[in-house]
Amino acid sequence: MSDILLRGQGITRRWGGLVAVNDVGLELKRGEVHAVIGTNGAGKSTLINILSGEIPPSAGTVQLLGQDVTAWSQPRRARAGLGRSYQRTTVYPGFSVLENCRLAAQARTPRPWHWWQSAQHCDASLGAARQAAQRAGLADVLSRPAGSLSHGEKRQLEIAMCLATAPQVLLLDEPLAGMGAEETDRMLALLAALKAQHAILLVEHDMDAVFRIADTITVMVNGVVIFSGAPAAVRSSPEVQAAYLGGH
Amino acid sequence: MTGMSDQTPKAMFVALCLGGLALYPLAAGSYGLDLVTKIMVYAIFALSLELLVGTTGLVCFGHAAFFGIGAYAAVLLSPESDAAELGWLLPASVAAAAAYALCVGALSLRTQGVYFIMVTLAFAQMAYYIVHDTPLGGGTDGIYLNVKPVLSVGGSTWLNLDGALTIYGFTWACLVAVFGFLGLLLRSRFGRALAGIKANEQRMRATGFSTYPYKLAAFVISGAIAGLAGFLFGVKDGYVNPELLSWHLSGAVLIMIILGGLGHLRGALVGAFAFALLQEFFKSEAIFGAFARHWHLGLGLTIIASVALLPNGLIGLVGLPALWRQRLLGKARGAAASGEQA
Repeated sequence: MSDILLRGQGITRRWGGLVAVNDVGLELKRGEVHAVIGTNGAGKSTLINILSGEIPPSAGTVQLLGQDVTAWSQPRRARAGLGRSYQRTTVYPGFSVLENCRLAAQARTPRPWHWWQSAQHCDASLGAARQAAQRAGLADVLSRPAGSLSHGEKRQLEIAMCLATAPQVLLLDEPLAGMGAEETDRMLALLAALKAQHAILLVEHDMDAVFRIADTITVMVNGVVIFSGAPAAVRSSPEVQAAYLGGH
Repeated sequence: MTGMSDQTPKAMFVALCLGGLALYPLAAGSYGLDLVTKIMVYAIFALSLELLVGTTGLVCFGHAAFFGIGAYAAVLLSPESDAAELGWLLPASVAAAAAYALCVGALSLRTQGVYFIMVTLAFAQMAYYIVHDTPLGGGTDGIYLNVKPVLSVGGSTWLNLDGALTIYGFTWACLVAVFGFLGLLLRSRFGRALAGIKANEQRMRATGFSTYPYKLAAFVISGAIAGLAGFLFGVKDGYVNPELLSWHLSGAVLIMIILGGLGHLRGALVGAFAFALLQEFFKSEAIFGAFARHWHLGLGLTIIASVALLPNGLIGLVGLPALWRQRLLGKARGAAASGEQA
Protein backbone atom coordinates (compact mmCIF):
# COMPACT_ATOMS: atom_id res chain seq x y z
CA MET A 1 0.00 0.00 0.00
CA SER A 2 1.18 3.52 -0.77
CA ASP A 3 2.18 5.72 2.16
CA ILE A 4 -0.51 8.19 1.08
CA LEU A 5 -3.36 7.44 3.47
CA LEU A 6 -5.69 10.32 2.64
CA ARG A 7 -5.95 12.22 -0.61
CA GLY A 8 -8.21 15.16 -1.39
CA GLN A 9 -8.54 16.32 -4.99
CA GLY A 10 -10.27 19.41 -6.34
CA ILE A 11 -12.19 19.92 -3.10
CA THR A 12 -14.61 22.79 -3.42
CA ARG A 13 -17.37 23.95 -1.10
CA ARG A 14 -19.81 26.70 -1.98
CA TRP A 15 -22.22 28.32 0.46
CA GLY A 16 -24.58 30.10 -1.92
CA GLY A 17 -22.41 32.68 -3.66
CA LEU A 18 -19.49 32.26 -1.25
CA VAL A 19 -16.76 29.79 -2.16
CA ALA A 20 -15.37 28.69 1.23
CA VAL A 21 -12.92 26.16 -0.24
CA ASN A 22 -11.89 26.31 -3.88
CA ASP A 23 -10.21 23.45 -5.74
CA VAL A 24 -8.01 22.32 -2.86
CA GLY A 25 -5.86 19.22 -3.16
CA LEU A 26 -3.65 17.62 -0.53
CA GLU A 27 -2.08 14.31 0.39
CA LEU A 28 -1.48 12.97 3.87
CA LYS A 29 1.27 10.40 4.32
CA ARG A 30 2.06 8.07 7.18
CA GLY A 31 4.94 9.42 9.24
CA GLU A 32 4.17 13.02 8.30
CA VAL A 33 2.54 15.98 10.01
CA HIS A 34 0.85 18.11 7.36
CA ALA A 35 -0.15 21.50 8.72
CA VAL A 36 -2.78 23.76 7.17
CA ILE A 37 -2.45 27.40 8.13
CA GLY A 38 -4.32 30.51 7.15
CA THR A 39 -6.11 33.51 8.56
CA ASN A 40 -9.60 33.22 10.06
CA GLY A 41 -12.07 32.47 7.28
CA ALA A 42 -9.41 30.93 5.04
CA GLY A 43 -11.43 27.70 4.84
CA LYS A 44 -9.31 25.48 7.08
CA SER A 45 -12.17 24.19 9.25
CA THR A 46 -14.41 23.74 6.22
CA LEU A 47 -11.68 21.66 4.62
CA ILE A 48 -11.29 19.46 7.72
CA ASN A 49 -15.09 19.07 7.90
CA ILE A 50 -15.19 17.91 4.29
CA LEU A 51 -12.31 15.47 4.76
CA SER A 52 -13.92 13.98 7.86
CA GLY A 53 -17.31 13.69 6.16
CA GLU A 54 -19.12 16.16 8.37
CA ILE A 55 -20.17 18.20 5.35
CA PRO A 56 -20.20 17.07 1.70
CA PRO A 57 -18.06 18.87 -0.87
CA SER A 58 -19.72 20.76 -3.72
CA ALA A 59 -17.05 19.25 -5.97
CA GLY A 60 -13.96 17.09 -5.66
CA THR A 61 -13.12 13.71 -4.17
CA VAL A 62 -11.72 12.29 -0.95
CA GLN A 63 -9.81 9.01 -0.93
CA LEU A 64 -9.04 7.12 2.27
CA LEU A 65 -6.55 4.24 2.06
CA GLY A 66 -6.98 4.24 -1.71
CA GLN A 67 -10.78 4.04 -1.58
CA ASP A 68 -13.10 6.80 -2.75
CA VAL A 69 -15.02 7.79 0.41
CA THR A 70 -16.55 11.03 -0.90
CA ALA A 71 -20.09 9.68 -0.55
CA TRP A 72 -19.45 8.00 2.81
CA SER A 73 -20.99 9.34 6.00
CA GLN A 74 -18.79 10.63 8.81
CA PRO A 75 -19.33 7.57 11.06
CA ARG A 76 -18.44 5.22 8.21
CA ARG A 77 -15.23 7.15 7.51
CA ALA A 78 -14.42 7.09 11.22
CA ARG A 79 -14.86 3.31 11.34
CA ALA A 80 -12.63 3.04 8.26
CA GLY A 81 -9.76 4.75 10.07
CA LEU A 82 -10.32 8.51 10.04
CA GLY A 83 -10.11 10.16 13.46
CA ARG A 84 -10.73 13.83 14.13
CA SER A 85 -10.69 16.30 16.98
CA TYR A 86 -12.51 19.62 17.20
CA GLN A 87 -11.54 23.24 17.84
CA ARG A 88 -13.74 23.27 20.94
CA THR A 89 -13.22 20.51 23.47
CA THR A 90 -15.86 17.82 22.91
CA VAL A 91 -15.13 15.32 25.66
CA TYR A 92 -18.03 13.91 27.72
CA PRO A 93 -17.54 15.87 30.95
CA GLY A 94 -19.64 13.63 33.19
CA PHE A 95 -17.81 10.44 32.20
CA SER A 96 -14.47 9.28 33.55
CA VAL A 97 -11.39 9.54 31.32
CA LEU A 98 -11.47 5.76 30.82
CA GLU A 99 -15.18 5.79 29.92
CA ASN A 100 -14.60 8.61 27.39
CA CYS A 101 -11.99 6.46 25.67
CA ARG A 102 -13.96 3.23 26.10
CA LEU A 103 -17.03 4.73 24.46
CA ALA A 104 -14.92 5.90 21.53
CA ALA A 105 -13.37 2.42 21.22
CA GLN A 106 -16.82 0.83 21.41
CA ALA A 107 -17.65 2.08 17.91
CA ARG A 108 -15.06 -0.36 16.52
CA THR A 109 -16.21 -3.40 18.52
CA PRO A 110 -18.15 -6.11 16.64
CA ARG A 111 -21.47 -5.34 18.34
CA PRO A 112 -21.44 -1.74 19.58
CA TRP A 113 -25.22 -1.92 20.17
CA HIS A 114 -24.99 -4.97 22.50
CA TRP A 115 -27.79 -4.35 25.00
CA TRP A 116 -27.75 -7.03 27.69
CA GLN A 117 -24.12 -7.21 28.80
CA SER A 118 -22.66 -4.45 30.96
CA ALA A 119 -20.35 -2.15 28.98
CA GLN A 120 -17.83 -2.57 31.81
CA HIS A 121 -17.41 -6.20 30.75
CA CYS A 122 -16.49 -5.31 27.17
CA ASP A 123 -12.82 -6.32 27.25
CA ALA A 124 -12.14 -5.25 23.66
CA SER A 125 -13.19 -1.64 24.18
CA LEU A 126 -11.65 -1.42 27.66
CA GLY A 127 -8.30 -2.68 26.40
CA ALA A 128 -8.26 -0.23 23.50
CA ALA A 129 -9.32 2.59 25.83
CA ARG A 130 -6.53 1.94 28.35
CA GLN A 131 -3.95 1.73 25.56
CA ALA A 132 -5.16 4.98 23.96
CA ALA A 133 -5.18 6.83 27.28
CA GLN A 134 -1.67 5.62 27.99
CA ARG A 135 -0.40 6.74 24.59
CA ALA A 136 -1.92 10.17 25.18
CA GLY A 137 -0.26 10.44 28.60
CA LEU A 138 -3.43 10.04 30.65
CA ALA A 139 -2.75 6.69 32.32
CA ASP A 140 -2.65 8.30 35.78
CA VAL A 141 -6.04 9.99 35.57
CA LEU A 142 -8.19 7.18 34.17
CA SER A 143 -10.82 7.33 36.90
CA ARG A 144 -11.13 11.12 37.03
CA PRO A 145 -14.23 12.76 35.55
CA ALA A 146 -13.28 14.39 32.24
CA GLY A 147 -14.91 17.64 33.37
CA SER A 148 -12.37 18.01 36.19
CA LEU A 149 -9.29 17.80 33.92
CA SER A 150 -7.16 20.83 33.07
CA HIS A 151 -7.58 22.37 29.60
CA GLY A 152 -4.40 20.71 28.36
CA GLU A 153 -5.47 17.33 29.69
CA LYS A 154 -8.85 17.69 27.99
CA ARG A 155 -7.08 18.29 24.68
CA GLN A 156 -4.97 15.19 25.34
CA LEU A 157 -8.17 13.30 26.03
CA GLU A 158 -9.53 14.46 22.66
CA ILE A 159 -6.50 12.83 21.04
CA ALA A 160 -6.88 9.73 23.22
CA MET A 161 -10.50 9.37 22.09
CA CYS A 162 -9.34 9.57 18.48
CA LEU A 163 -6.65 6.94 19.14
CA ALA A 164 -9.18 4.62 20.79
CA THR A 165 -10.95 4.30 17.44
CA ALA A 166 -7.76 2.82 15.92
CA PRO A 167 -7.40 5.49 13.22
CA GLN A 168 -4.86 5.59 10.40
CA VAL A 169 -5.36 9.30 9.78
CA LEU A 170 -5.75 12.02 12.42
CA LEU A 171 -7.41 15.32 11.53
CA LEU A 172 -6.67 17.71 14.38
CA ASP A 173 -8.43 21.06 14.46
CA GLU A 174 -6.41 23.48 16.60
CA PRO A 175 -5.31 21.00 19.27
CA LEU A 176 -3.07 23.67 20.84
CA ALA A 177 -5.76 26.34 21.21
CA GLY A 178 -5.70 27.96 24.65
CA MET A 179 -2.66 26.01 25.86
CA GLY A 180 0.26 27.36 27.91
CA ALA A 181 3.90 26.79 26.93
CA GLU A 182 4.31 23.63 29.01
CA GLU A 183 1.08 22.09 27.75
CA THR A 184 2.04 22.99 24.16
CA ASP A 185 5.39 21.22 24.55
CA ARG A 186 3.63 18.15 25.94
CA MET A 187 1.16 18.08 23.04
CA LEU A 188 3.89 18.53 20.43
CA ALA A 189 5.85 15.65 21.97
CA LEU A 190 2.69 13.55 21.76
CA LEU A 191 2.12 14.43 18.09
CA ALA A 192 5.75 13.70 17.29
CA ALA A 193 5.36 10.27 18.89
CA LEU A 194 2.13 9.58 17.00
CA LYS A 195 3.29 10.51 13.53
CA ALA A 196 5.32 7.33 13.05
CA GLN A 197 2.10 5.30 12.89
CA HIS A 198 -0.37 7.85 11.57
CA ALA A 199 -0.84 10.50 8.94
CA ILE A 200 -1.65 13.75 10.73
CA LEU A 201 -3.40 16.82 9.41
CA LEU A 202 -2.90 19.74 11.77
CA VAL A 203 -4.93 22.93 11.51
CA GLU A 204 -3.29 25.38 13.86
CA HIS A 205 -2.82 29.10 14.55
CA ASP A 206 0.30 28.76 16.74
CA MET A 207 2.97 29.40 14.11
CA ASP A 208 5.93 28.56 16.34
CA ALA A 209 4.42 25.17 17.08
CA VAL A 210 3.53 24.56 13.43
CA PHE A 211 7.06 25.26 12.26
CA ARG A 212 8.45 23.01 15.02
CA ILE A 213 6.33 19.97 14.22
CA ALA A 214 5.17 20.10 10.58
CA ASP A 215 6.84 18.25 7.73
CA THR A 216 4.65 19.94 5.12
CA ILE A 217 2.71 23.17 5.39
CA THR A 218 -0.21 24.20 3.19
CA VAL A 219 -1.12 27.87 3.29
CA MET A 220 -4.70 28.89 2.52
CA VAL A 221 -6.11 32.33 1.84
CA ASN A 222 -9.79 32.92 1.04
CA GLY A 223 -10.42 29.22 0.40
CA VAL A 224 -7.51 28.83 -2.01
CA VAL A 225 -4.13 27.14 -1.48
CA ILE A 226 -1.48 29.75 -2.23
CA PHE A 227 1.53 27.64 -1.29
CA SER A 228 2.37 24.14 -0.12
CA GLY A 229 5.78 22.78 0.79
CA ALA A 230 8.39 22.20 3.46
CA PRO A 231 8.51 24.69 6.38
CA ALA A 232 11.72 26.30 5.12
CA ALA A 233 10.17 26.88 1.69
CA VAL A 234 7.03 28.33 3.25
CA ARG A 235 9.09 30.62 5.45
CA SER A 236 11.00 32.00 2.47
CA SER A 237 8.02 32.29 0.13
CA PRO A 238 7.35 35.99 -0.63
CA GLU A 239 3.69 35.37 -1.45
CA VAL A 240 3.11 33.60 1.89
CA GLN A 241 4.87 36.37 3.75
CA ALA A 242 2.78 38.96 1.99
CA ALA A 243 -0.48 37.15 2.50
CA TYR A 244 -0.16 35.70 5.95
CA LEU A 245 3.05 35.43 7.92
CA GLY A 246 3.92 39.09 8.03
CA GLY A 247 7.65 38.37 7.97
CA HIS A 248 7.59 35.61 10.63
CA MET B 1 -19.39 5.38 35.14
CA THR B 2 -19.96 5.38 38.83
CA GLY B 3 -18.48 2.69 40.98
CA MET B 4 -20.20 -0.16 42.73
CA SER B 5 -20.07 1.56 46.15
CA ASP B 6 -21.90 4.59 44.69
CA GLN B 7 -24.57 2.34 43.24
CA THR B 8 -25.34 0.35 46.39
CA PRO B 9 -27.42 2.98 48.29
CA LYS B 10 -29.33 3.76 45.09
CA ALA B 11 -30.09 0.08 44.47
CA MET B 12 -31.15 -0.30 48.10
CA PHE B 13 -33.47 2.68 47.79
CA VAL B 14 -35.13 1.19 44.71
CA ALA B 15 -35.35 -2.25 46.35
CA LEU B 16 -36.98 -0.67 49.42
CA CYS B 17 -39.50 1.21 47.27
CA LEU B 18 -40.42 -1.85 45.22
CA GLY B 19 -40.47 -4.05 48.33
CA GLY B 20 -42.75 -1.58 50.08
CA LEU B 21 -45.07 -1.57 47.08
CA ALA B 22 -45.17 -5.39 47.15
CA LEU B 23 -46.31 -5.32 50.78
CA TYR B 24 -48.67 -2.35 50.44
CA PRO B 25 -51.83 -4.40 49.65
CA LEU B 26 -51.58 -5.99 53.12
CA ALA B 27 -52.44 -2.62 54.65
CA ALA B 28 -54.39 -0.87 51.89
CA GLY B 29 -58.11 -0.35 51.37
CA SER B 30 -59.72 -0.49 47.94
CA TYR B 31 -59.21 3.26 47.30
CA GLY B 32 -55.55 3.09 48.20
CA LEU B 33 -55.04 -0.02 46.11
CA ASP B 34 -56.62 1.62 43.07
CA LEU B 35 -54.64 4.83 43.58
CA VAL B 36 -51.27 3.09 43.92
CA THR B 37 -52.03 0.87 40.91
CA LYS B 38 -52.61 4.05 38.90
CA ILE B 39 -49.39 5.57 40.24
CA MET B 40 -47.40 2.45 39.32
CA VAL B 41 -48.83 2.70 35.79
CA TYR B 42 -47.67 6.33 35.70
CA ALA B 43 -44.27 5.21 36.98
CA ILE B 44 -43.92 2.78 34.06
CA PHE B 45 -45.02 5.58 31.72
CA ALA B 46 -42.48 7.96 33.28
CA LEU B 47 -39.72 5.35 33.01
CA SER B 48 -40.45 5.05 29.29
CA LEU B 49 -40.02 8.81 28.81
CA GLU B 50 -36.92 8.86 31.03
CA LEU B 51 -35.22 6.61 28.46
CA LEU B 52 -35.78 9.27 25.82
CA VAL B 53 -35.40 12.54 27.71
CA GLY B 54 -33.10 11.71 30.61
CA THR B 55 -30.89 9.17 28.89
CA THR B 56 -30.83 10.10 25.20
CA GLY B 57 -31.59 13.82 25.43
CA LEU B 58 -34.65 13.66 23.15
CA VAL B 59 -37.46 15.80 24.54
CA CYS B 60 -40.60 14.10 23.26
CA PHE B 61 -43.77 16.10 23.80
CA GLY B 62 -46.15 13.56 22.32
CA HIS B 63 -45.54 10.54 24.50
CA ALA B 64 -49.20 10.24 25.50
CA ALA B 65 -49.92 9.00 21.96
CA PHE B 66 -48.10 5.73 22.67
CA PHE B 67 -49.76 5.43 26.07
CA GLY B 68 -53.18 6.00 24.53
CA ILE B 69 -52.58 3.61 21.63
CA GLY B 70 -51.62 0.86 24.11
CA ALA B 71 -54.82 1.54 26.07
CA TYR B 72 -57.10 1.72 23.00
CA ALA B 73 -55.52 -1.40 21.48
CA ALA B 74 -56.29 -3.33 24.69
CA VAL B 75 -59.95 -2.35 24.46
CA LEU B 76 -60.43 -2.49 20.69
CA LEU B 77 -58.75 -5.87 20.29
CA SER B 78 -60.75 -7.47 23.12
CA PRO B 79 -63.91 -9.41 22.16
CA GLU B 80 -67.20 -7.65 22.97
CA SER B 81 -68.49 -10.15 25.50
CA ASP B 82 -65.65 -12.54 26.14
CA ALA B 83 -62.30 -12.35 27.90
CA ALA B 84 -59.30 -11.80 25.66
CA GLU B 85 -56.24 -13.94 26.14
CA LEU B 86 -53.55 -11.90 27.89
CA GLY B 87 -50.85 -13.90 26.12
CA TRP B 88 -51.60 -12.21 22.80
CA LEU B 89 -53.52 -9.08 23.85
CA LEU B 90 -50.62 -7.62 25.83
CA PRO B 91 -47.96 -8.15 23.10
CA ALA B 92 -50.40 -6.90 20.46
CA SER B 93 -51.13 -3.70 22.41
CA VAL B 94 -47.44 -3.08 23.04
CA ALA B 95 -46.66 -3.82 19.37
CA ALA B 96 -49.32 -1.31 18.23
CA ALA B 97 -47.68 1.43 20.33
CA ALA B 98 -44.20 0.37 19.15
CA ALA B 99 -45.32 0.43 15.49
CA TYR B 100 -46.63 3.98 15.85
CA ALA B 101 -43.40 4.94 17.66
CA LEU B 102 -41.42 3.52 14.74
CA CYS B 103 -43.34 5.70 12.26
CA VAL B 104 -43.15 8.82 14.44
CA GLY B 105 -39.49 8.25 15.35
CA ALA B 106 -38.39 7.53 11.78
CA LEU B 107 -39.66 10.94 10.68
CA SER B 108 -39.26 13.11 13.78
CA LEU B 109 -35.67 12.04 14.47
CA ARG B 110 -34.68 13.76 11.21
CA THR B 111 -35.25 17.01 13.13
CA GLN B 112 -33.59 18.41 16.22
CA GLY B 113 -34.26 20.62 19.22
CA VAL B 114 -37.51 22.57 19.26
CA TYR B 115 -38.50 21.14 15.86
CA PHE B 116 -38.31 17.62 17.30
CA ILE B 117 -40.53 18.68 20.21
CA MET B 118 -43.11 20.19 17.86
CA VAL B 119 -43.09 17.28 15.40
CA THR B 120 -43.67 14.73 18.18
CA LEU B 121 -46.49 16.92 19.52
CA ALA B 122 -48.01 17.13 16.03
CA PHE B 123 -47.97 13.34 15.63
CA ALA B 124 -49.58 12.91 19.04
CA GLN B 125 -52.31 15.39 18.17
CA MET B 126 -52.96 13.49 14.94
CA ALA B 127 -53.47 10.30 16.94
CA TYR B 128 -55.63 12.20 19.42
CA TYR B 129 -57.96 13.49 16.71
CA ILE B 130 -58.20 10.06 15.10
CA VAL B 131 -59.71 8.59 18.28
CA HIS B 132 -61.59 11.80 19.08
CA ASP B 133 -63.26 12.43 15.74
CA THR B 134 -63.79 8.97 14.25
CA PRO B 135 -66.04 6.06 15.19
CA LEU B 136 -62.90 3.97 15.75
CA GLY B 137 -62.22 5.48 19.16
CA GLY B 138 -65.82 6.08 20.24
CA GLY B 139 -65.41 9.86 20.12
CA THR B 140 -65.35 11.90 23.33
CA ASP B 141 -67.43 9.23 25.12
CA GLY B 142 -64.63 6.72 24.81
CA ILE B 143 -65.07 2.92 24.87
CA TYR B 144 -65.63 0.41 27.65
CA LEU B 145 -63.78 -2.85 28.11
CA ASN B 146 -66.61 -5.21 29.04
CA VAL B 147 -64.55 -8.24 30.04
CA LYS B 148 -61.02 -8.02 31.44
CA PRO B 149 -58.33 -10.23 29.85
CA VAL B 150 -57.25 -13.52 31.36
CA LEU B 151 -54.17 -15.69 31.15
CA SER B 152 -55.12 -19.31 30.45
CA VAL B 153 -52.90 -22.35 30.23
CA GLY B 154 -54.31 -25.66 29.02
CA GLY B 155 -57.90 -24.52 29.36
CA SER B 156 -57.60 -23.34 32.98
CA THR B 157 -57.41 -19.67 33.94
CA TRP B 158 -54.19 -18.77 35.71
CA LEU B 159 -54.71 -15.05 35.99
CA ASN B 160 -57.81 -12.90 35.72
CA LEU B 161 -57.14 -9.18 35.62
CA ASP B 162 -60.66 -8.40 36.80
CA GLY B 163 -59.76 -8.20 40.49
CA ALA B 164 -58.21 -5.07 42.03
CA LEU B 165 -55.56 -7.09 43.82
CA THR B 166 -54.68 -9.07 40.69
CA ILE B 167 -54.26 -5.97 38.54
CA TYR B 168 -52.20 -4.42 41.36
CA GLY B 169 -49.90 -7.43 41.47
CA PHE B 170 -49.63 -7.61 37.69
CA THR B 171 -48.83 -3.89 37.44
CA TRP B 172 -46.21 -4.24 40.20
CA ALA B 173 -44.60 -7.14 38.31
CA CYS B 174 -44.55 -5.06 35.11
CA LEU B 175 -42.99 -2.13 36.99
CA VAL B 176 -40.24 -4.36 38.41
CA ALA B 177 -39.63 -5.92 34.97
CA VAL B 178 -39.46 -2.51 33.22
CA PHE B 179 -37.15 -1.09 35.88
CA GLY B 180 -34.88 -4.13 35.68
CA PHE B 181 -34.87 -4.10 31.88
CA LEU B 182 -34.02 -0.40 31.68
CA GLY B 183 -31.35 -0.78 34.37
CA LEU B 184 -29.74 -3.51 32.30
CA LEU B 185 -30.11 -1.51 29.10
CA LEU B 186 -28.51 1.66 30.47
CA ARG B 187 -25.42 -0.22 31.70
CA SER B 188 -24.96 -1.97 28.37
CA ARG B 189 -22.97 -0.76 25.36
CA PHE B 190 -26.26 0.36 23.79
CA GLY B 191 -27.16 2.38 26.88
CA ARG B 192 -23.72 3.97 27.07
CA ALA B 193 -24.01 4.94 23.42
CA LEU B 194 -27.33 6.65 24.21
CA ALA B 195 -25.65 8.51 27.10
CA GLY B 196 -22.89 9.57 24.70
CA ILE B 197 -25.47 10.83 22.19
CA LYS B 198 -27.06 12.92 24.93
CA ALA B 199 -23.67 14.32 26.01
CA ASN B 200 -22.37 15.13 22.51
CA GLU B 201 -23.90 13.64 19.38
CA GLN B 202 -21.38 15.30 17.07
CA ARG B 203 -18.51 13.64 18.91
CA MET B 204 -20.30 10.27 18.79
CA ARG B 205 -20.59 10.52 15.00
CA ALA B 206 -16.93 11.52 14.74
CA THR B 207 -15.92 8.39 16.68
CA GLY B 208 -17.87 6.15 14.30
CA PHE B 209 -21.38 5.83 15.72
CA SER B 210 -24.24 6.16 13.23
CA THR B 211 -26.46 7.79 15.82
CA TYR B 212 -29.80 7.66 14.01
CA PRO B 213 -30.44 3.88 14.44
CA TYR B 214 -29.57 4.17 18.15
CA LYS B 215 -32.01 7.03 18.65
CA LEU B 216 -34.70 5.25 16.65
CA ALA B 217 -34.27 2.06 18.67
CA ALA B 218 -34.52 4.07 21.91
CA PHE B 219 -37.65 5.80 20.57
CA VAL B 220 -39.35 2.50 19.70
CA ILE B 221 -38.42 0.84 23.02
CA SER B 222 -39.71 3.91 24.83
CA GLY B 223 -42.95 3.90 22.83
CA ALA B 224 -43.43 0.18 23.53
CA ILE B 225 -43.02 0.66 27.29
CA ALA B 226 -45.44 3.61 27.18
CA GLY B 227 -47.83 1.28 25.33
CA LEU B 228 -47.48 -1.27 28.14
CA ALA B 229 -48.37 1.45 30.66
CA GLY B 230 -51.38 2.40 28.52
CA PHE B 231 -52.48 -1.23 28.30
CA LEU B 232 -52.39 -1.52 32.11
CA PHE B 233 -54.31 1.74 32.47
CA GLY B 234 -57.01 0.65 30.03
CA VAL B 235 -57.40 -2.76 31.65
CA LYS B 236 -57.39 -1.34 35.19
CA ASP B 237 -60.13 1.23 34.48
CA GLY B 238 -61.98 -0.85 31.90
CA TYR B 239 -62.51 2.36 30.00
CA VAL B 240 -60.55 4.51 27.56
CA ASN B 241 -61.16 8.00 26.19
CA PRO B 242 -59.25 10.44 23.97
CA GLU B 243 -57.79 12.25 26.99
CA LEU B 244 -55.32 9.38 27.28
CA LEU B 245 -53.65 10.72 24.12
CA SER B 246 -53.90 14.40 24.97
CA TRP B 247 -50.97 16.79 25.19
CA HIS B 248 -51.91 17.42 28.84
CA LEU B 249 -50.83 13.88 29.66
CA SER B 250 -47.63 14.28 27.59
CA GLY B 251 -46.88 17.39 29.65
CA ALA B 252 -47.76 15.67 32.93
CA VAL B 253 -45.35 12.78 32.35
CA LEU B 254 -42.63 15.23 31.40
CA ILE B 255 -43.22 17.05 34.69
CA MET B 256 -43.04 13.72 36.57
CA ILE B 257 -39.52 12.96 35.37
CA ILE B 258 -38.32 16.54 35.90
CA LEU B 259 -39.85 16.58 39.39
CA GLY B 260 -38.22 13.28 40.30
CA GLY B 261 -34.82 14.08 38.80
CA LEU B 262 -33.84 13.81 35.15
CA GLY B 263 -31.24 11.28 34.12
CA HIS B 264 -32.06 8.70 36.79
CA LEU B 265 -34.50 5.79 36.60
CA ARG B 266 -35.36 6.16 40.28
CA GLY B 267 -36.16 9.82 39.55
CA ALA B 268 -38.97 8.68 37.25
CA LEU B 269 -40.27 6.39 39.97
CA VAL B 270 -40.16 9.09 42.65
CA GLY B 271 -41.53 11.74 40.27
CA ALA B 272 -44.57 9.66 39.33
CA PHE B 273 -45.43 9.10 42.98
CA ALA B 274 -44.81 12.72 43.95
CA PHE B 275 -46.87 14.08 41.05
CA ALA B 276 -49.85 11.79 41.64
CA LEU B 277 -49.82 12.26 45.42
CA LEU B 278 -49.55 16.06 45.08
CA GLN B 279 -52.46 15.93 42.68
CA GLU B 280 -54.52 13.96 45.23
CA PHE B 281 -53.47 16.34 48.00
CA PHE B 282 -54.51 19.52 46.19
CA LYS B 283 -57.75 17.91 45.01
CA SER B 284 -58.74 17.02 48.57
CA GLU B 285 -61.87 18.92 49.64
CA ALA B 286 -61.27 17.76 53.21
CA ILE B 287 -58.11 19.89 53.27
CA PHE B 288 -58.81 22.74 50.86
CA GLY B 289 -62.61 22.94 50.91
CA ALA B 290 -64.06 24.76 47.90
CA PHE B 291 -60.57 25.83 46.82
CA ALA B 292 -59.89 22.18 45.89
CA ARG B 293 -61.63 22.97 42.58
CA HIS B 294 -58.57 25.08 41.72
CA TRP B 295 -56.13 22.23 42.42
CA HIS B 296 -54.16 23.01 39.25
CA LEU B 297 -52.98 26.25 40.86
CA GLY B 298 -51.60 24.62 43.99
CA LEU B 299 -50.02 21.80 42.03
CA GLY B 300 -48.46 24.21 39.52
CA LEU B 301 -46.97 26.46 42.20
CA THR B 302 -45.55 23.47 44.06
CA ILE B 303 -43.95 22.12 40.90
CA ILE B 304 -42.45 25.52 40.05
CA ALA B 305 -41.02 25.79 43.58
CA SER B 306 -39.63 22.25 43.42
CA VAL B 307 -37.94 22.80 40.09
CA ALA B 308 -36.50 26.15 41.25
CA LEU B 309 -35.21 24.85 44.58
CA LEU B 310 -34.26 21.32 43.59
CA PRO B 311 -32.26 21.46 40.34
CA ASN B 312 -31.61 17.70 40.58
CA GLY B 313 -35.21 16.89 41.38
CA LEU B 314 -36.56 15.16 44.46
CA ILE B 315 -33.82 12.52 44.40
CA GLY B 316 -31.36 15.40 44.77
CA LEU B 317 -32.84 16.07 48.23
CA VAL B 318 -30.41 13.53 49.69
CA GLY B 319 -27.36 15.55 48.64
CA LEU B 320 -28.89 18.95 49.38
CA PRO B 321 -27.55 19.48 52.96
CA ALA B 322 -24.02 18.71 51.75
CA LEU B 323 -24.46 21.13 48.83
CA TRP B 324 -25.69 23.91 51.12
CA ARG B 325 -22.83 23.27 53.57
CA GLN B 326 -20.39 23.47 50.65
CA ARG B 327 -21.91 26.77 49.47
CA LEU B 328 -21.90 28.25 52.98
CA LEU B 329 -18.27 27.24 53.48
CA GLY B 330 -17.41 28.75 50.10
CA LYS B 331 -19.10 32.03 51.06
CA ALA B 332 -17.37 32.08 54.44
CA ARG B 333 -13.98 31.48 52.80
CA GLY B 334 -14.71 34.23 50.26
CA ALA B 335 -15.62 36.67 53.03
CA ALA B 336 -12.47 35.77 54.99
CA ALA B 337 -10.31 36.23 51.92
CA SER B 338 -11.80 39.66 51.14
CA GLY B 339 -11.36 40.65 54.84
CA GLU B 340 -7.68 39.74 54.69
CA GLN B 341 -7.25 41.76 51.48
CA ALA B 342 -8.89 44.80 53.10
